[in-house]
Amino acid sequence: MSDVAIVGIGMHPFGRHEGVSGMEQGAHAVREACKDAGVEWQDVEFAFGGSSAAGAPDTMVAQLGLTGLQFINVQNGCATGGSALFAAANTIMSGAYDLGIAIGFDKHERGAFRIQAGNGGGRDWYGGSGMALTTQFFGMKINRYMQEYGITQNSLARVASKAFHNGALNEMAWRRQPFSEEEVLQSQMLSYPLTQYMFCSPGEGGVALILARADQAHKYTQKPIFLKSAVVRSRRFGSFEVLAPSLALEHRAGPTVDASKAAFEMAGIGPDDIDLAQLQDTESGAEIMHMAENGFCEHGEQESMLEKGETKIGGRFPVNTDGGCLANGEPVGASGLRQVYENVLQLRGDAGARQVPNDPKVAYTHVYGAPGISGVTILSR
Amino acid sequence: MTQVSINERVLDISSGSPKLLGVRCKSCDNHMFPTQKGCPKCAGTDIEPIELGTRGTLWAWTIQGFPPKAPPYLGEVDPAKFEPYGVGYIEIPGQAKIEARLTEADPTKLSAGMDMELVAQPLCTDDDGNEIVTFAFAPVATE
Repeated sequence: MSDVAIVGIGMHPFGRHEGVSGMEQGAHAVREACKDAGVEWQDVEFAFGGSSAAGAPDTMVAQLGLTGLQFINVQNGCATGGSALFAAANTIMSGAYDLGIAIGFDKHERGAFRIQAGNGGGRDWYGGSGMALTTQFFGMKINRYMQEYGITQNSLARVASKAFHNGALNEMAWRRQPFSEEEVLQSQMLSYPLTQYMFCSPGEGGVALILARADQAHKYTQKPIFLKSAVVRSRRFGSFEVLAPSLALEHRAGPTVDASKAAFEMAGIGPDDIDLAQLQDTESGAEIMHMAENGFCEHGEQESMLEKGETKIGGRFPVNTDGGCLANGEPVGASGLRQVYENVLQLRGDAGARQVPNDPKVAYTHVYGAPGISGVTILSR
Repeated sequence: MTQVSINERVLDISSGSPKLLGVRCKSCDNHMFPTQKGCPKCAGTDIEPIELGTRGTLWAWTIQGFPPKAPPYLGEVDPAKFEPYGVGYIEIPGQAKIEARLTEADPTKLSAGMDMELVAQPLCTDDDGNEIVTFAFAPVATE
């Protein structure tokens, strides 16, 4: 997939923005991306837009300009942004168009996601019984993982503390106050063994990426970033997934493992070739488990990697350099594109105070979410 | 006070002891809960209703430490009165792992592999004064 380049990026700060709709945040990101690529909205030939809770994305043409472009809405849970990017890249690869945009934005109510089931009759027994919470899945999965592979609560605190440290260096982040590992451990226990500061919160924000044919990329930017892979995978039988009233007796790896393998195959490289990664950190345990599920270490090895600070910005393998979901929150439609935005900045060398040293060349993103879906991208200079 | 099941398609309490209603795929023996019409393992559609076993072992668990949002939650949501509750997957031998509330909410008293049994657990009272019950698993007394 060497023939698609990201030539412009735009973002609306993540966080809480009273009086600003999710779609306005998306439109802001689009204008910023156009400015970054040096194009006008009129030049954009097609769009894929995603949002889970902030309205139908294609209606944003009313604010951006009614140019008549092809605009397709994407809604795919936590992989919404990744799916929009996948579709946009393939539209260029197919030869249908030369210049397009992938957009993601969202705006969620405060607190944990409210999940109500349509279950074909009778009361909503799952939500009614207090089991329709994504937070419980993450608590159960990391609790089991810690027992199995010897991960300690200190590691959970290290991940969160790192995220807030990186967030403090990121002017687009929501949580910009650093917290010590001790403060993370002392915060309220939400879903054992995970405390409040180990969890990200649903939030708001918008991101847009302008894509072009690679052979035309230099028309728009001095520093094109090439999309080597964009993969989305759903779950297979036997995997342990969020919001599952029952699971099979047999146990197998989840969609992250499948998406990661496919992305590496598509790019023709392996985990050792990756210089930095943005990995889904719905809570700090997720980042730990996803390091191994994406092939960057063995299960259990994370304990020593975190102890040595290897995933910090100056470390051997920086993870979630922009503060991840923990510091940015999770506007579902925008979250996966935020990761790509950060990797573009890092590969351009434009990440400022949080720039990964030694001139990184290849970067990786990963999202995971309900109901058992994962999206991976690999970018290179 | 009359007890009513939170949903009779899922939980049967008519005999006085709780039973969970699932289905089994006749082609590949995969067990599913709640009921559904197709099998995610073999894509078959020859499905029969079954009662799930009421004993099993704890496979994964956490403690719900804050009140869930209402709706959909039917239990106590007042932060001053809310009491944390356990949630886990119980592995029913030869069938499936079932997600359920746990009667135990003390992390020092829960561990993977411990024996658990199905119980009915009151959640709230409906407008007619009936007590709505859901299902939960309780640690099996060891003595």
